[in-house]
Amino acid sequence: MKASAFDYARASSVANALELLTAHGERARVLAGGQSLLPAMNLRLVTPDLIVDIGGLDDLRGVAVNGDVLTIGALTRHTDLLKSPEIAAHAPLLRDAVARVAHPAIRNRGTIGGNLAQADPASELPACMLALGATIIARGPDGERRIAADEFFAGIYETALTPQELLVAVELPVQPTDSTHYFHEFARRHGDYAIVGLAAQALVRDGRFADLRLGFFAVGDRPLLAKSAGELIDVAVTPAVLSAVSSALDEELSPLGDQQATPAMRRHLAKVLLTRCVSSLLARTDLCAGVSA
Amino acid sequence: MTATVAISLSVNGELVEASVLPRLNLADFLREHLKLTGTHLGCEHGVCGACTVRVNGDIVRSCLMLAVQTDNAKVETIEGLSDSGEIADLQSAFRERNALQCGFCTPGMLMAAQDLLQQSPTPDREQIREHLSGNYCRCTGYQAIVDAVETTARARTGRLP
Ligand SMILES: Cc1cc2nc3c(=O)[nH]c(=O)nc-3n(C[C@H](O)[C@H](O)[C@H](O)COP(=O)(O)OP(=O)(O)OC[C@H]3O[C@@H](n4cnc5c(N)ncnc54)[C@H](O)[C@@H]3O)c2cc1C
Ligand code: FES
Ligand code: FES
Repeated sequence: MKASAFDYARASSVANALELLTAHGERARVLAGGQSLLPAMNLRLVTPDLIVDIGGLDDLRGVAVNGDVLTIGALTRHTDLLKSPEIAAHAPLLRDAVARVAHPAIRNRGTIGGNLAQADPASELPACMLALGATIIARGPDGERRIAADEFFAGIYETALTPQELLVAVELPVQPTDSTHYFHEFARRHGDYAIVGLAAQALVRDGRFADLRLGFFAVGDRPLLAKSAGELIDVAVTPAVLSAVSSALDEELSPLGDQQATPAMRRHLAKVLLTRCVSSLLARTDLCAGVSA
Repeated sequence: MTATVAISLSVNGELVEASVLPRLNLADFLREHLKLTGTHLGCEHGVCGACTVRVNGDIVRSCLMLAVQTDNAKVETIEGLSDSGEIADLQSAFRERNALQCGFCTPGMLMAAQDLLQQSPTPDREQIREHLSGNYCRCTGYQAIVDAVETTARARTGRLP
């Protein structure tokens, strides 16, 4: 199908984009990479009156390191994240995750800002934002706002952004050089949205977790930073401990069913990922014995 | 009624000026306005890859780009790559290895394959599969397509097939 008719405005600056959004409110939509918006418009799920194209705002594109903060501009494309030496050095979890977002031709256009604003519960990057402790920076008619990642995602395709606001950047703390990460998703095909996935960032010292942040995706209406991970910090992890945490994780999940998987299958896969993640991060194959998927 | 927008771009090396409605996507612009029908449309929501073209050197889905977004851009379609001889070896490998049946997916497959070979000249079969994973072939000729890309990679880097 084709998109229905709309007006088009090419934003000349962030200020200009904000003026257009303020003037047109919910009748307008921001166009970044278009890799989620245009399919939705072609399917007529979304029928905006005005498209505000921010694609030309080059100052919103790029990765910069300043002290211990990594700033990623909203228009930084998936392909830029994959190729960025700063991301590889300071947030390698993100690099591993982006490699699983869609396909090369889509990664060439899709942006991190668009991906986070889209807030698809099966999407990889929102879960990474939780695991990495990101801050989302939004600009609106009243100036700039900083939103913690765990307050940003509000539901399926729902975020803390108002229709007048633009997501301008994401800030991530530079990860300590001795931190480790784990990323895995179950998908039907490389590049497809996940059936269930896990993005984890950890600090392991003397065989114990000094820190562990587990960002699950496709296990509910928004990405989940598992609270049960707290039970694994600063303790000697045994199969019994892991089994208790696995049960606690089960309580936290509220997976949805679709053509890909039932809620029960998603629960099972989330627990499989938990076990594999912990045993991989601690380099303890004994913890993984008997787990299959 | 929405207004048309004037655009000026290069398509396969030629300057094109046009006035288009914002809702017109790049694939339809190429096919219907410029009669470059090598770019195919399958799904119109980014899933099948049949509409893959190059914009400023990068492969993109032309069904997920508006023609108005290509103002000042350099667009290259399968006709351009074919006429310049850039992918002549890849095309003959597709013929020789029987990597095209109905040919509907072929333009998109060639675009994606050439993109891979430019970025990594010696890909293994797994990398080839991964790079082409966004392109559907409804005749399901995947093995033969991977063969053809692999053969071309070997020939280009002077390795025996
Ligand atoms: C076949 C296919 C497979 C895909 N697979 C995956 C996948 O596996 N995982 C995954 O995560 N994604 C996947 N995607 C989506 C893709 O990653 C998109 O790139 C991304 O989700 C949206 O980014 P975009 O820049 O294209 O945003 P757009 O499509 O331009 O915009 C998306 C939404 O965000 C809003 N928006 C965009 N930028 C801003 C901003 N700066 N401020 C405020 N609002 C903004 C738009 O108004 C719109 O509502 C897939 C897409 C396709 C077509
Ligand atoms: S028609 Fe563009 S991806 Fe299918
Ligand atoms: S050859 Fe027919 S779709 Fe691929």
